[in-house]
Amino acid sequence: MTTASIADRATTVAARATDLSKIYGQGETQVVALDRVTVEFRQAEFTAIMGPSGSGKSTLMHCVAGLDTFSSGSVRIGDTELGSLKDKQLTKLRRDKIGFIFQAFNLLPTLTALENITLPMDIAGRKPDKQWVDSVIRMVGLADRLGHRPAQLSGGQQQRVAVARALASRPEIIFGDEPTGNLDSRSGAEVLGFLRNSVRELGQTVVMVTHDPVAAAYADRVVFLADGRIVDEMYKPTADNVLDFMKQFDAKGRTS
Amino acid sequence: MFRTALRNVLAHKARLLMTVLAVMLGVAFVSGTLVFADTLSNAFRNQSAKSYDDVAVAVTSHADPDNPKEEPGLSARTLDKISAVDGVDAAYGRVDGFAGVADPDGKLIGVGWSNKGANFSPGKDGKDPAYTFTDGSGPVKDDQIALDKESAAKGEYQVGDRVRVATNGPVKEYTLSGVFTTEDGAVNAGGSLVLFDTAVAQKQYLKPGYFASATVTAAPGADDARILDAVGPLLPDTADAKTGQALADEQAEQIEQGMSSLKQVLLGFAGIALFVGVFLISNTFTMLVAQRTKEIALMRAVGASRKQITRSVLAEAAVVGLVASVIGFVLGIGLAVGLRSGMAAFDMKIPGGPLIVSATPVLAAIGVGVLITMFAAWLPGRRAAKIPPVAAMSSVHAVATTKSLVVRNSIGAAVTALGSAAIVLGASSGGDDGRMYIAAGAFFALIGVIILIPLLSRPVIALVRPLLVGPFGVAGKLAGQNAVRNPRRTGATASALAIGLTLVTGLSVLGITVGTAIDKMTTDNIKADYMVSMANGGDLDQSALTALQKAKGVSAVSPQQSVYFELGGDDFVSASAVTPGDIEQVLKVDVVSGSVDSLAKGQIAVAEKTAKSRGWKPGDSLPVTYGDEKKGKLTVGAVFKDSEFLSPVLVDTEVVKPHETQPYIQQIFVKVDGGQSASNEQVLIDALGDNPAITVMDRQDIRNEFGGAINTMLNIMYGLLAMALIIAVLGVVNTLAMSVFERQQEIGMLRAIGLDRRRVKRMVRLEAVVISVFGAVVGIGLGSFLGWAIGETIADQIPGYALVLPWDRIGIFLVLAGLVGVLAALWPARNAARLNMLNAIKAE
Repeated sequence: MTTASIADRATTVAARATDLSKIYGQGETQVVALDRVTVEFRQAEFTAIMGPSGSGKSTLMHCVAGLDTFSSGSVRIGDTELGSLKDKQLTKLRRDKIGFIFQAFNLLPTLTALENITLPMDIAGRKPDKQWVDSVIRMVGLADRLGHRPAQLSGGQQQRVAVARALASRPEIIFGDEPTGNLDSRSGAEVLGFLRNSVRELGQTVVMVTHDPVAAAYADRVVFLADGRIVDEMYKPTADNVLDFMKQFDAKGRTS
Repeated sequence: MFRTALRNVLAHKARLLMTVLAVMLGVAFVSGTLVFADTLSNAFRNQSAKSYDDVAVAVTSHADPDNPKEEPGLSARTLDKISAVDGVDAAYGRVDGFAGVADPDGKLIGVGWSNKGANFSPGKDGKDPAYTFTDGSGPVKDDQIALDKESAAKGEYQVGDRVRVATNGPVKEYTLSGVFTTEDGAVNAGGSLVLFDTAVAQKQYLKPGYFASATVTAAPGADDARILDAVGPLLPDTADAKTGQALADEQAEQIEQGMSSLKQVLLGFAGIALFVGVFLISNTFTMLVAQRTKEIALMRAVGASRKQITRSVLAEAAVVGLVASVIGFVLGIGLAVGLRSGMAAFDMKIPGGPLIVSATPVLAAIGVGVLITMFAAWLPGRRAAKIPPVAAMSSVHAVATTKSLVVRNSIGAAVTALGSAAIVLGASSGGDDGRMYIAAGAFFALIGVIILIPLLSRPVIALVRPLLVGPFGVAGKLAGQNAVRNPRRTGATASALAIGLTLVTGLSVLGITVGTAIDKMTTDNIKADYMVSMANGGDLDQSALTALQKAKGVSAVSPQQSVYFELGGDDFVSASAVTPGDIEQVLKVDVVSGSVDSLAKGQIAVAEKTAKSRGWKPGDSLPVTYGDEKKGKLTVGAVFKDSEFLSPVLVDTEVVKPHETQPYIQQIFVKVDGGQSASNEQVLIDALGDNPAITVMDRQDIRNEFGGAINTMLNIMYGLLAMALIIAVLGVVNTLAMSVFERQQEIGMLRAIGLDRRRVKRMVRLEAVVISVFGAVVGIGLGSFLGWAIGETIADQIPGYALVLPWDRIGIFLVLAGLVGVLAALWPARNAARLNMLNAIKAE
């Protein structure tokens, strides 16, 4: 991939939510999880979604990733409008265009590391691009662990397998749900480093939900959510900036 | 602790559902059997008591009517003497035998073996207390008969109609004088009863003027025992007397015995069903305990002792067992009622009577249900007690170590080897002893294989895994791996199916092997086109033979006529009189030495084994004593190979004719020009006078006659084993449902990264199919081995025995096992596909 094409892609939008609302329940018990959220995730950009518990950050990610349904508005991945898709088409979309990294790693214990990495292609019935998979494996440093099963790997190694799995099928966008939540800081830093490298060097698009300012500092841009709304965003964040913002925000929340 | 147990049961209602179902079915089977047997024997006992109700004393003659030296039965004079005894109201002479009634189409009414004919024995008042006439009156003339009500209805006969009746002679036409009801056993068993005038019946069944038995009624207030004492001295040596009460008791005891063997067979199958249920229950509790590891560890941490933990699991099992047993018992009563009406629907006559629910079946059924459940939960309970308190703190589930599997495998291998050795030993030694070894060996081999099944599961399933990946892709691959993920659980699930299929396959192999041998024997030995015999299995009249010899188109006809004579000293031999020249055309006679033509010269043919053991060879002249005590000499003309269809000694009918007043013809074999055809069969039927009591069987009928019983038997066995198989299927459902529940998170992940619902379903379904087919394969293997072993012990009793593996049936069993898997997976697969992805992937 050349630098020019990466620059090109930076201007196009990988995923977009417009006036996205998600409402649980009805009447008195009605809870608005997302309130007319409009947000864009540009290609080859690493975005972190932050917010206090219950702010709707996970719901936003789930809706944009086609894991959850929404009440109104629209979500597009590339050119595809998600609102009109049936479960079958959504499944196919996730399979072909989206990669996932979960907090609890979620590897299949019966498969080896390599089999876990190529699982999305197996499901799609596609032959994995061997060169690409090899380079991904080299990047996450798992070359000597490929035959191991998840139970034989440390938490950090397991999450690296999960990262490789997300990257291996070259999805248009990767979603991470607190990918470092279950890791110690060193392993967490490694995983975040891989994600940032994949964006910088491979032009991958990554969206990550986190509540950790240090993790958010790896992103190109941070989107802040509160009460189901986007309240702010920040480019080129540092951990201190983010932390300050969160503190400020907390204070505001308390006084209001 | 009990409260915790109760709460647990309520909390896991859905997960305990299959356990409850399994226990319930087993208990229903047990209680249904017990209640059914009680109800039935009560009804039969009442009936037999009723049929002897007004009989004070019954007299039976055991005389041989053909023995000229003794009185052939009870004479009218004897009866008169009995009637004169103080306290006797009347004595009724009885004589009976076979009588078949034709319906207007000429077909026999009722089942062949209980079509009875008897005499109408009117007392002073012109009535016979054994029969109550609903229409007309008893037969008092030569050409009159009376019919039981049901047979009359079946033949649509009215009083005054002409009815064709066959005893063992030619058919005769009689006028129906009356229709009656009776408590007679033959009628109650679904047969027919024809009453003749006494003189006619005596001539037909015994000798004129004589009775085979008598029933004595008492005057009001007379004592049965005193009458018995007075009657005894009046009887000839060949007769004895008993009180009606004694006879009723005797019959009741016989009924009880017959019932208890039926009961044991049914309970045996119920036991198998419950045994299979043990695996399901044990699996359920193992999984419940595993899911509750943290909770249990917490209880241990706050001070519960190991014993308390085990006890709490057992208490939980007891509650489940009790609930299931109570429901099962109610179902069992329904089953008993259903069985009774089911038997009635199959024309098996069962006397009516109230449903008997005594305390024994209630206690037995519920006790069995509760104990089985607790027994099955005992191991999981102990395992629960071993959970260390520290497990409460860690997030990782305690994983079973491989070490315990090593111990398990060694024990399993030893037990299997022991069992297999006993089976092989039994097969090689043969006979009853051999079968004992096999029975014991089968038990151990089955237990051993069950212990070994977790070990077997890995390599066996690994073998079929490529078959899954090919056509089913990633779903197949994951299913194959999931199936061996928890070898114990897979093992216990497969065991349940394996037990059922071991029995089904063993019985099939044995049944088909024996059936094939018999069928081959039949087709090899019978060259005749038709076999003619009596419907009741009795002897044919000479006139039937004469008629067939004269029939148009008959090319060869030979009877198989039992001959009683002593040959070569004072040894009795079983012999048959046959028609020379024809016998070798209707049955295979494989001559070893001499010539079969010698039969026509008045010589005899002897089977090889008999000839060898007696040292006879062609040309030998042997002294013979005929049935009428006359003596003579017979020359051995031929020696032939032993055959199931030929007596050891064959002789020309003409040779024995002067010595046999009443030839006993068992069957007549007929060969006709042009072979089998509907018209030829009709010619024979017409020649026999369209006799409803005579059956004409073609070759296929003959094969069915000899081999059909085995198929019927097999089908009954399959039916009885179905219960065990249903419980095994519940086990598969249970295991899958629990597995899906435990794997929620990974199924959610698979859905998230793009596995569609269809393939999630397919994954679960294939896992079920793999486990089911695995169980089936183990069962079929073990069953075939057992079938072979038992077959070996009876091989020398069946000529032409050769092991036949019923591949078609085995194939059907495998396909059925696969279908069972698909069926069992319906609900779990649906659950898996509908799983809420977001809940599933959420971190704990």
